[in-house]
Amino acid sequence: MNQPAQSASAVVHISDLSLEFSTDDGPVQALSGIDLDIAPGEFISLIGPSGCGKTTLLRVIADLETHTSGEILVNGVSPGEARQNRAYGYIFQAPALYPWRTVRRNVMLPLEIMGTAREEREARAVRYLELVNLTGFENKYPWQLSGGMQQRVSIARALSVEPQLLLMDEPFGALDEITRDHLNQQLLELWRKTGKTVVFVTHSIPEAVFLSTRVIVMSPRPGRVMDVIPCNFPKDRTLDVRETADFLEIAHRVREGLKAGHSYDDD
Amino acid sequence: MTMIDRLVHQGRFLPVLAVVTSLIVIWYAGAVYLNSTQLIDRYQKQEIDWTIGRLAADAWRMERPVLPSPHQVGLELKKTVIDKRVTSKRSLVYHAGITLSSSLLGFALGTLLGVALAIGIVYVTTLDRSLMPWIIASQTVPILAIAPMIIVVLGSIGITGLFPKSVISMYLCFFPVVVGMVKGLRSPEPILVDQMHTYSASPAQVFFKLRLPSSIPFLFASLKVAIALSVVGAIVAELPTGGQGGLGARLLTGSYYGQITMIWAALIVASIVSALLVTAIGYIERIALRRLSGGQAVST
Ligand SMILES: Nc1ncnc2c1ncn2[C@@H]1O[C@H](COP(=O)(O)OP(=O)(O)OP(=O)(O)O)[C@@H](O)[C@H]1O
Ligand SMILES: [Mg+2]
Repeated sequence: MNQPAQSASAVVHISDLSLEFSTDDGPVQALSGIDLDIAPGEFISLIGPSGCGKTTLLRVIADLETHTSGEILVNGVSPGEARQNRAYGYIFQAPALYPWRTVRRNVMLPLEIMGTAREEREARAVRYLELVNLTGFENKYPWQLSGGMQQRVSIARALSVEPQLLLMDEPFGALDEITRDHLNQQLLELWRKTGKTVVFVTHSIPEAVFLSTRVIVMSPRPGRVMDVIPCNFPKDRTLDVRETADFLEIAHRVREGLKAGHSYDDD
Repeated sequence: MTMIDRLVHQGRFLPVLAVVTSLIVIWYAGAVYLNSTQLIDRYQKQEIDWTIGRLAADAWRMERPVLPSPHQVGLELKKTVIDKRVTSKRSLVYHAGITLSSSLLGFALGTLLGVALAIGIVYVTTLDRSLMPWIIASQTVPILAIAPMIIVVLGSIGITGLFPKSVISMYLCFFPVVVGMVKGLRSPEPILVDQMHTYSASPAQVFFKLRLPSSIPFLFASLKVAIALSVVGAIVAELPTGGQGGLGARLLTGSYYGQITMIWAALIVASIVSALLVTAIGYIERIALRRLSGGQAVST
């Protein structure tokens, strides 16, 4: 690894991890020999062609899927234990809001489940809706919001449990580019302010390079890590950084990594 | 707003009026046609010259028609619904009340049974495999055949009155509820179930916060079918227990004494009862769905 994080202090420690799905058409090797250590406060992007196992990797970290071999620790314990400890917040590709709950009550849902006291729930809903710029929309229902606003509600909901680790699976995939740029800036600012660790899945090279401290390039069949590209732009960067030579160079390297994955595929 | 107002406002009044009018015209024509054989026979025996006009007039005021005309049925309804005291055994309101109470009890029991079975099927894998075939088989048995048996069996162990009749309504009701609820409880998208897992939610929390609310639209679709079936069940149950009253008993008495008009009046009251019940469920459904969808207009 380029940045050898101490596996003891790593938020996520993955070594030689493989996962095989058994399907009706035989086994599918979704992940193969993945090594990855994520240090506290890092912003990691997973990028790669469709089917390369990005979602699967994220789901293994979240204990939604179980690996077949290798080792994974989240906060030094197994993913299942970490889930019980509410170590992470998971943001799905779709907002996954409950239509019968108002924005505020959607944000309070995980807190209700975790048995947080009522006043605290209310306070956090206010705080995190403010953080995603949705103050004033508390009593609206999901259908009354745009797609981008809905995704922000789902981010506020994940933040409301105050996890140190955020797992985000293409959260902005379905949004138009302008909304996406806007939300990228908001996410970056959130990350800077809170110092959380983020694992972020995306298909967009500029998005990955703009947001991340490291971009993990993956390739399919079997899903594995092709390249790990550090990209440490200043923490208070703006969208303008995307026009700099540094940025373009890194984006180029990511693109090369993706291509390499594909040509391997054609053998 | 009354129902009529609403119909007028929604521009549905004219179509409804047109349909009702043509049904009544067809009914009058049918009365002439079906009663004509009997009348023409009589004319020929008494060597009376007859015209279509006379035939129609006679057909519409026969003592014992094959098909009574609408106004005869209307008159019978007025006699048995409006003129009689509600407590009188000759009042159709009295009999409708009996049928209604066993329908409602059967509907409530059937809904509870259906929901309970659905929860079992969704949560217990072995029940999913073993129960569904039996539930489907139960509905292939003709209700007319088992209704008397249920009444007799329950009667022999000393259970009579409202309850045995409700059991038959329940027997018809629970089926659509099971089918709808199983579908409803399984309706949340995998992403929402996974999300609950990431919260480490307990099975009870997943049930009450996600599965149950998601199943409500499915439940109401089933309840509308079930409530109509519960009336059918109650009426069928009243046939073998004629003595105890109810619309089914009126049907039986009517056919026993050849009082076709009485049968028609009872049938019409039965369909009015069903229609009111289905409308009531539809009304509750609208309120429930509006709350579930957060006030978004819902079409049903
Ligand atoms: N539950 C499952 N059962 C069987 N195979 C699966 C399952 N989930 C994923 N796979 C397979 O594992 C591989 C990786 O899938 P995954 O969803 O992780 O890809 P991805 O990188 O997230 O793709 P995308 O960019 O399209 O979201 C694919 O080949 C997919 O078909
Ligand atoms: Mg994916």
